[in-house]
Amino acid sequence: MLQVDSVSFGYRADRPVLGDVTFAVEPGSLVGILGPNGSGKTTLLKVLAGAIAPSTGTVRIDGRRLSEWPRREIARRVAFVPQDTHPPFDFSVLEIVLMGRYPHLGTFALEGPADLAIARQALASTGTSAFESRPFTTLSGGERQRVVIAGALAQSPQWLLLDEPTGSLDIGHQLEIQELLRRLNRDHAVTMVLSTHDLNFAAALCRDLILLQNGRIIAQGPTADVLRPDTVRMLYGVEADIRPHPRAGHLTVTPIARVR
Amino acid sequence: MRSIRARLVATICGFGVLLLAALVIAPVVGSTSISLARAFDRSTPFADNPDAQIFFVARLPRVLAAALVGSLLAVAGVVLQALLRNPLATPDTLGVSSGAALGAMIAITFHLDVSVAGVSSIPLASFLGSILALSVVYALSSARRRGLSTMVLLLGGVTMQSFFSAVILFLQYLADFTETGRTLRWLMGTLDVGSYAPIVAVLPVVVVAFGIVSTLSRPLDLISLGADAAAARGVDVLRSERLALISASLCTAAAVALAGPVGFIGLVVPHLVRLVVGSDHRLVLPASALFGAAFLIACDLVARTAFSPLELPVGIVTALIGGPFFLWLLLRAAR
Repeated sequence: MLQVDSVSFGYRADRPVLGDVTFAVEPGSLVGILGPNGSGKTTLLKVLAGAIAPSTGTVRIDGRRLSEWPRREIARRVAFVPQDTHPPFDFSVLEIVLMGRYPHLGTFALEGPADLAIARQALASTGTSAFESRPFTTLSGGERQRVVIAGALAQSPQWLLLDEPTGSLDIGHQLEIQELLRRLNRDHAVTMVLSTHDLNFAAALCRDLILLQNGRIIAQGPTADVLRPDTVRMLYGVEADIRPHPRAGHLTVTPIARVR
Repeated sequence: MRSIRARLVATICGFGVLLLAALVIAPVVGSTSISLARAFDRSTPFADNPDAQIFFVARLPRVLAAALVGSLLAVAGVVLQALLRNPLATPDTLGVSSGAALGAMIAITFHLDVSVAGVSSIPLASFLGSILALSVVYALSSARRRGLSTMVLLLGGVTMQSFFSAVILFLQYLADFTETGRTLRWLMGTLDVGSYAPIVAVLPVVVVAFGIVSTLSRPLDLISLGADAAAARGVDVLRSERLALISASLCTAAAVALAGPVGFIGLVVPHLVRLVVGSDHRLVLPASALFGAAFLIACDLVARTAFSPLELPVGIVTALIGGPFFLWLLLRAAR
């Protein structure tokens, strides 16, 4: 159980990025965070990952406050996939994925056969085994994203946080990532919280949604209840047609016009 | 791919043998030819053995100084490149060497020959100079969390270099005329240490710096992927970045205190090493430490023998190799 209680945060005291955010995520969930640019989605994910500490409020995992945990111990339970990864050096794909083992190893410990097996398993479950020894920088955007997700899986986390996992991908790769995340959630019992701009991606994948505006939650709950024309208008100032798609089997959102 | 353990052993053995060869061969070569067998012949007393005297007294200190300086500057380069997520970051391009040189110049010019806790004032002053310069660069880069563009970083470094050079020239202008020749030679980067004493003087700094760096190899791998990603993998980013900053300053300071600002080692060595061992810092760091030492020994060998009996400051040789190398890297990065 992940519990967030009245969390506030600001990089500067006079400009809060998150204000009084409260929600809970059950194990096994697949939760999407929606909100316009600058609404605090990325910051919220970083707070959940323990990468930044909230100014006030608490984040608890299984009842224990994140602030009481050593960094490595958090990383053994919670993994974070950033929006984009641009290493300045030519790491191989396997090297990138093996870095996920960091929280499980001591300062001078080297990865053993067990760590290598876990990394290869992560490569296999993201369909990237074939790239193992290729330089990471030579991969396409979609391939890179899958490798970074493999690296997060190598942390053996129960919680996976993803910041705009399909941000810069074409629709083919978007669907690929969507299927991958659905499968990881279903077959590997990985609980997921992800942020996205793509309402249709969220509608297709996420069972629950959190709508964030100016760092505050304006609605949360099951996707079918929360994704409505009035909430979309409130968030983005857009008149949208929202209806179930007969073949896709989920809600689809068609933006119609900009309203003020 | 072979396991990291096997690659680490292969890396250390390979580059270790290279360094050992450089350490043995370099002192044999010089204006007077000597025999290695006679230099190590224990049956003749040291006082009656000119080969041993030339090997151990005249040449070995200079070779050891080259090894130490090359090693320090290469490691400083690796640490800075990972810390600032930019393969063109080095003690020279960031102005850290100039900062260290200014610190050392102040200590030399004003005859601050005191020692604090066994460390003499020149490395100490050069550490203050290097950490000052590096703090400015680091503040610039943390103002924008995503890391600096290469352009801003290099321009900042160039600015800092010219500023420190101006202050150094000002100090020289003020200083006693007879000392200008000595300091000028030192500013070109010279390994003519004369005895073992200056090497021993910086050893404590070297031990501390390398000790810190040895704990940073994996955090540097992760930090190079991004600060947030590293934090989410369990790295204490702030602590690691501070330790990286301090150790890179210490390395640069010790090298500059010993030999003056010898340029381009921190650029050339890490890049060549990565071509051989890849990018994992657990391999790049020890390989750069060993290869940096061997590389500067070789450069100094050229400096000593190319225009024999004239001995060039080694800084001229490294700049002649490093300048074109840097331009080539810039061209490659621009593509």
